[in-house]
Amino acid sequence: MTTYILRRLIEAVFVLLILTCLVFFCMRLVPGDPIFLYMDSTDVNMLTPEKIAALKHELGLDQPLIVQYGRWLANAVRGDLGMSLFYSDRVSKMIAERLPVTIHLGIFAFILSSVVGIVLGIVAAVRRGRWLDTVATLAANLFITIPMFWLGILLILALGLYAGILPISGYTSPFEDFWLSTKQLIMPVLCLAVGSMGSNARLTRTSMLEVIHQDYIRTAWSKGLKEKSIISKHALKNSLIPVVTVLGLHIRIIFGGAVLIETVFSIPGMGSLMVDATFNKDYTLVQGGVMVVAIIVILSNLIVDISYGWLDPRVRYD
Amino acid sequence: MQQAGVGSEEISDVKPKISEWQRFRRVFLGRKVVLFGLIVLLFYILVAIFANLLAPYDPYQIDLPNLLASPSFVHPLGTDTLGRDILSRLIFGIRPTLMVGALTMLIAAIGGTTLGLLAGYFGGMVQTLIMRFIDALMGFPMILLALVIAAALGGGLRNIIIALGIAMIAGFARVMCGQTLSIKQNDYVLAGRSLGYRGRRLMWRHIVPNAFPPLIVLATMNIGVVILMEAGLSFLGIGIQAPAAAWGSMVSEGYGFLLQSPLLSVAPGLAIMLLVFSLNMLGDGLRDALDPKLRGAL
Repeated sequence: MTTYILRRLIEAVFVLLILTCLVFFCMRLVPGDPIFLYMDSTDVNMLTPEKIAALKHELGLDQPLIVQYGRWLANAVRGDLGMSLFYSDRVSKMIAERLPVTIHLGIFAFILSSVVGIVLGIVAAVRRGRWLDTVATLAANLFITIPMFWLGILLILALGLYAGILPISGYTSPFEDFWLSTKQLIMPVLCLAVGSMGSNARLTRTSMLEVIHQDYIRTAWSKGLKEKSIISKHALKNSLIPVVTVLGLHIRIIFGGAVLIETVFSIPGMGSLMVDATFNKDYTLVQGGVMVVAIIVILSNLIVDISYGWLDPRVRYD
Repeated sequence: MQQAGVGSEEISDVKPKISEWQRFRRVFLGRKVVLFGLIVLLFYILVAIFANLLAPYDPYQIDLPNLLASPSFVHPLGTDTLGRDILSRLIFGIRPTLMVGALTMLIAAIGGTTLGLLAGYFGGMVQTLIMRFIDALMGFPMILLALVIAAALGGGLRNIIIALGIAMIAGFARVMCGQTLSIKQNDYVLAGRSLGYRGRRLMWRHIVPNAFPPLIVLATMNIGVVILMEAGLSFLGIGIQAPAAAWGSMVSEGYGFLLQSPLLSVAPGLAIMLLVFSLNMLGDGLRDALDPKLRGAL
């Protein structure tokens, strides 16, 4: 087990290296000299070429790319992600402010999509061929096709503007005003969860149908057990294995969705920060954000993978 | 009844009850939703081809006195923020959407299949290197990756296709690598090898054709994902550039005018949903028809 975790962590380091390298060189393809982002447009006219060169030297922008990357990496390992070119603020500080917001949204979206998706799948499988199955399957198929930003707009229109029950944008910390925070969270969480909910439901249904036809389920029936106990004790745990395998994937999808949903609902989280950073060509911020998002996705995937062992004792970590 | 031990020619004359193609057709078109998906997709393709004839107005025709008009007989879906006819823009919007979907899939499929094939065929160090790179792509939100690449390349239709294509490579590489590893073990590959065929011929003639079914299913399923991501990027404002009509940017345009003109946002979203739904149903149908494990069960 320890060797497994260790090996995965070493792999994760490689993945992070490749990813940051990719983004680093990709962002340097951006046309235009990043030095001009660092200064106000008024400054540019006053600055002499000598001063620009000095500033470049100070920021290390006159070094070869590979040296710049090495320097960035060395600092990043020490927790220093550099200065944002656009906001002239520490990248690590900006991310520390925004990240909890996205995690707050993401955790609720993850729980909602897993629980509701799995329940929907079980209901569909148990009532296979009946109207409940038809409704649940159709719902799951619609959930995976709905563009989440568009769902956000529909919800804003229906619940926010017409009915006026929920606030249409913004974010409040739950420690500040719990009730307002919860109300503001409902629509974005729903939007983030809906796609994963649909695919969890589809997968659970398929997997449950496979398990239901196994011999040990027939044995359970012939022992005279109640349907409820057969489903919850015998079928569910086994049919959840393939579902849990892909739960880690949904963390990635939810984080990606935050890019859109935080823009729709004007939520100051990682997603909207990344959108702003890309539009501003603020590549120190993009670079730092990419690394932090990747670390979170990789670590949460590791946790999901370790939890297999609990569901399926046959899994050996080697 | 055939007798055991008759000549092998006679035995090979026994035709299966139905041909492969008939079986495929029966399973594929046997479900109503799949047929529905096929019809909707054909409808979209036809509308895209004949957009010039079908659209009641020029999608770029600005009509400032008539901006944000409500639906009427003149403008069935109303007009947008510049007075352009929403229905016409919706019709013309199919073209970039289908193009992005198809071309992105092509890039991702060719790139991913090649990488997966090389990784699975050579194994060892090559496999480790390629698959770690794929893991890096998989360990990151696709839309964020596409956003960063598209921003670096500078937006626009061509760059969106490249960005999404790169972001989608990972899935194909994974599937192809697994397929190659298992197909490599088959006797016909060994036979090819003992006939003296080397690398390229073995890979493209013996392995790739046999790995096709899961790749086709993956491609069909993923076109929907690509179309959703393209819409998302256009919604953020980095996709297809104005004044071209893109559904994602139409949704975003209507966002500021939800109360005056809800249709401006609602209609393109519905168009996206219907298309993606149909593609997914087609993908499901293809999977059921092509997956050998399901053979006989359906």
